[in-house]
Amino acid sequence: MNPIYKDARYTEVPYEEKLKLFDAVKSDMRYPHELHGCYECGICVAACPSARFFDFSPRVFAQTMAREDVHSFYELLNDNVWDCSQCFSCTCCPRQNNPGGIITIMREVAVNDGLQSAKDALQAYSRIIYKVMSTGTQVSPDMLQPDFFPDWGPDVRDVSLNLDVWRRAIPPETMHTVELAWDVSEKTRLELYMIWKLTGNLEMIENVDEGLYMILEEVMEELLEEHGYDIDDFDNILED
Amino acid sequence: MTQGDAEPIRLPMAELQVAKAADRQFQLPKEPPTEDYRKLLFELEAAGEIEVLRVPEPFVEVDTKFGRKKKVPLENTWHHKSCGQCGHIPGYSTSIFWLNREFGFNYHDPREQTSCTAWNYYASSTSNPAAQAAVACRNFAQAKLDGYFPLIHCGTSYGHYKEVRAQLLHHPELRNQVRKILARLNLPFVFPEEIVHYSEWVHVMREKIAERQVRDFSSITVTVHPACHYHKLVVEDAIYDADLYDGQRTAIVSGVVTALGAKVADYSTWHDCCGFGFRHILVSRDFSRSFATIRKIERMKEEADPDVTLTHDTGCVTTLDKSQFSTQAHNRNVGIPVMSDAQFAALSMGAHPYLVCQLHWHGVDMKPLLEQMGIDHEKAWKEFEEVADKLEKSPESYLTWEEV
Ligand code: SF4
Ligand code: SF4
Repeated sequence: MNPIYKDARYTEVPYEEKLKLFDAVKSDMRYPHELHGCYECGICVAACPSARFFDFSPRVFAQTMAREDVHSFYELLNDNVWDCSQCFSCTCCPRQNNPGGIITIMREVAVNDGLQSAKDALQAYSRIIYKVMSTGTQVSPDMLQPDFFPDWGPDVRDVSLNLDVWRRAIPPETMHTVELAWDVSEKTRLELYMIWKLTGNLEMIENVDEGLYMILEEVMEELLEEHGYDIDDFDNILED
Repeated sequence: MTQGDAEPIRLPMAELQVAKAADRQFQLPKEPPTEDYRKLLFELEAAGEIEVLRVPEPFVEVDTKFGRKKKVPLENTWHHKSCGQCGHIPGYSTSIFWLNREFGFNYHDPREQTSCTAWNYYASSTSNPAAQAAVACRNFAQAKLDGYFPLIHCGTSYGHYKEVRAQLLHHPELRNQVRKILARLNLPFVFPEEIVHYSEWVHVMREKIAERQVRDFSSITVTVHPACHYHKLVVEDAIYDADLYDGQRTAIVSGVVTALGAKVADYSTWHDCCGFGFRHILVSRDFSRSFATIRKIERMKEEADPDVTLTHDTGCVTTLDKSQFSTQAHNRNVGIPVMSDAQFAALSMGAHPYLVCQLHWHGVDMKPLLEQMGIDHEKAWKEFEEVADKLEKSPESYLTWEEV
């Protein structure tokens, strides 16, 4: 099947390849809850923050999926899917669609397939993935560095200069840390690693960033071993 | 039949009996259009599939979007912290704890807690429903083992856990996966009767907070930013109140501001997002910054000129506050202090602006606001510096609750 638009992109990618990814989105258990058809009314666009600053439209996602337009789907998957803010303002849809939810699924499919566009979108983000997967908290006080947040003003510099003392000058005991948002117990981290292994999350990371995957696997293996577990005993149960 | 003889096409408008706009009045639907998640949860419990963690007494019942009641517990709460709050705006979480302590409420601040990991889920999609549900249920199981009921600090955790709830309720295969995972972790499969956000606790406590108010807020004008993941991502169980916005917008945050005698000022982009974007705020901030300043802060400035803007989520405080600094280079009309409802409530009850509310972690200058609240910020900052000096000299020591 040929794309129907004159300015179609990704014409070199075989239709079967695009269809495989399209079907992966459609067969996701969340999909029937996210799309019920589309009036093409554009109410979602009016509510959408990303539509104001990017060439981006939740209506186009809903329409494309509802029309089963596999070629346009593949374009969105590569060129637009990462612009969404995942705010879910588009749930104001009169047809009870959730274009943001469709996008969550599409991104997951893009990651699972290791699409280059997904790798590019997540390149600068890998240290955050490392943080949340290895510690259970996504952002930490020691991330507040002027070179990472130069646009956030002089208070970031003040925080980073005084980090150790200022963290100790906070009353809740769980927050006397600089490398984690709060002090997550070792038992809890261990349980989190088991969850990542049992749900195949590490393999998802491997699809987009092999280096990050290797570091994470090593960190997890070490803690599991310390507690008498073998990382290979935690097979992905989703494949059962 | 010639064209002139044709019957006119009759549109069904007359039969529809649609009231003219001028005659219409907003009314809640007679029956909520959504399913009752509690009923479904209790059915699963009766079938032996899961255990429902009951909201402990004492609790307050409040109206939600479609008129159903929701129980909000006052104490015996397991504080499900937020990584963005604890990591970057620590006075946010500290104020929630401080309020609980002031009321003498029993609570637990666990180390056996992970974040919901949903910031990453919405930013990178390097996860899947089974992992997300297992992370949620691991936290809930731990809350049960600790003997407390989860109180969720983060708006995204709150919204995401409601998404997880819907998925678990409707997908037996997902429940089976989560059950298997929890069995490997040696944990029970429990789910709370209600997903409760801390701002709902602030809302139901607002009159009690007002009774303990020691600072006069009557000259303060506030704009409210409601968090998208609070009232748009799973709309069902957000709090609405017929006396606030006629029950058409969530009452959250506006309720406590009103109770404390400050003025809530409206602005035209109230419903808009803050621009956080999950991925964007970390690695594509030009978007977050543009949206936060142009669609939110500037609109508030021009239409309401508030003294402070209050919100009730991690990402919203961060984005609205931190986005303002660099836009000054483009002569944008910015300069509104941003904090959470919890910090605002704590300040009203006399909390220290730096030792408790930790306002030095925020970006926009708070000093004029503090003066308006009757707070001597120079004296307060000196007190903070004395504490910091003391801590610097003894590296193993920490500020304690007793000292604040
Ligand atoms: S997704 Fe909904 S709001 Fe958006 S265009 Fe379609 S029907 Fe309208
Ligand atoms: S979730 Fe995405 S598509 Fe929906 S309104 Fe937000 S930014 Fe737009």
